[in-house]
Amino acid sequence: MIMLKELVGNTIDVNEEGFMTDFTQWNTQIGEALATENEISMTPKHWEVITYIQTEYKNNVPLSIRKIGKSGVVDIKEFYTLFPNAPLKTATKIAGIPKPVSCI
Amino acid sequence: MKHKKNILILGAGTAGTIMANQLVKEVDPHSWHITIADATDTHYYQPGFLFLPFGIYDEEDVKKPIRSFLPDEVKFVQEKASEIKSEEQQVLFESGKNIHYDILIIATGSTIDSSEIEGMNGPEWRKSIFDFYTFEGAKALREKLATWGGGKLVVHITEMPIKCPVAPLEFSFLADDFFGKKGMRDKVDITYVTPLSGAFTKPRATQKLEYLLKEKNINIVSDFAIESVDNENKSIKDYSGKEVPFDLLVTVPTNKGSQVIEKSGLGDELNFVPTDKGTLQSKVSPNIFVLGDATNIPTSKAGSVTHFQAEILFENVLRFIRKEELLPEFDGHANCFIETGKGKALLIDFNYDHEPVEGTFPIAGIGPLRLLKESRMNHWGKLAFRWVYWNMLLKARPIPFVKARMSLAGKNF
Repeated sequence: MIMLKELVGNTIDVNEEGFMTDFTQWNTQIGEALATENEISMTPKHWEVITYIQTEYKNNVPLSIRKIGKSGVVDIKEFYTLFPNAPLKTATKIAGIPKPVSCI
Repeated sequence: MKHKKNILILGAGTAGTIMANQLVKEVDPHSWHITIADATDTHYYQPGFLFLPFGIYDEEDVKKPIRSFLPDEVKFVQEKASEIKSEEQQVLFESGKNIHYDILIIATGSTIDSSEIEGMNGPEWRKSIFDFYTFEGAKALREKLATWGGGKLVVHITEMPIKCPVAPLEFSFLADDFFGKKGMRDKVDITYVTPLSGAFTKPRATQKLEYLLKEKNINIVSDFAIESVDNENKSIKDYSGKEVPFDLLVTVPTNKGSQVIEKSGLGDELNFVPTDKGTLQSKVSPNIFVLGDATNIPTSKAGSVTHFQAEILFENVLRFIRKEELLPEFDGHANCFIETGKGKALLIDFNYDHEPVEGTFPIAGIGPLRLLKESRMNHWGKLAFRWVYWNMLLKARPIPFVKARMSLAGKNF
């Protein structure tokens, strides 16, 4: 189910878990606001990770925590420090892309 | 005599075998040789590895000679490839042999690598830590399960992507059934540990299927990114400090593409080959195509996917030979039976754009199979599929009503 959400003067489409469903609606202001909602204050390093995962998403490359650890952008420990608890879920949410899923 | 060109298929598993059978029907034998190479001479029915540990299938049910599934016109080379030299259009083999190709089809599959996680293949490997993604692993686990007295059973996925993403969940369901029948379910605590956000990750499937875990009393630990296995204290640890103890760990180690991909510098960090998700042409070179688990495309690594891909790839190889434009026809279609135990199964049908939904399959409005719903008929479908696999699918014989592209008819969106 897709719902509309108002965020920093923009209307975005999100699913029931709050993930954006249309990446074309994303901009850095929205990313910043989504980060705040998830209790993350963004630094240049955070943005570097977000840019990396958005690039991989655009290239249709499936993402995993260990893949990000091998990306050269951050190692896994740093990734957890930047986005605590469930880093991939939080980072993909801020990046405006779907969370990594299985087939069901 | 006219010089013949060569289509070389690397790998004679599900993907390579289907492709050889497809191509031989249409490619002009006066102009083309078809060669297929594999390191072994045994074809494994990999979906059967799920049943082997529980004694539902025997060893003979899941292995047959590769040669018996290949047409006589196709040359089978039983050698291990060591390097693909894309600029020279050659594949080198460990024996020193090399084969020139005009078109290369990479069908080298994926395999597990337990050395990716610290401690996974340590002293407890195949003592209290098992996999069921290899023939040897599934056999070893069968012996373990036959005598195991119970305790904490942890079913675990290391990282995505994995071959047949639902198999670990099916394993958990079948384990519940297996220990129930042995009258010792109360002695076994089953926990399912996943790096994803849940056992089910898509909204429809979550809504329809979450009851299964409760009904079968299976605990779940989600968002678990494993860092190491502690052999001494028998536990798995994740990067955030979470720890899950086990008496018996059944893990799906990191899945990777073939070593020959790595040695040839053609793959990503997991040795999967960058491939166009619609045409199945590799991004390495126009005359290299990729089929099945060896690709990096965002769909499931599964036999049904390979089967659907093969139909599209076959058309594109013919188009390539005729110097026509390739068609981006592959839609990510997958169709999988999911065993839920106690003689029942689910069936799911999905593609790049549509998550698994309810409905009927393969005939709209009729079935007889029901999508995203447990039934006995689906279980019989899964068991019958082994016959379909050996006798129809590998030989590229059309399966009635089942199309390469996902049909939207008879489904509830």
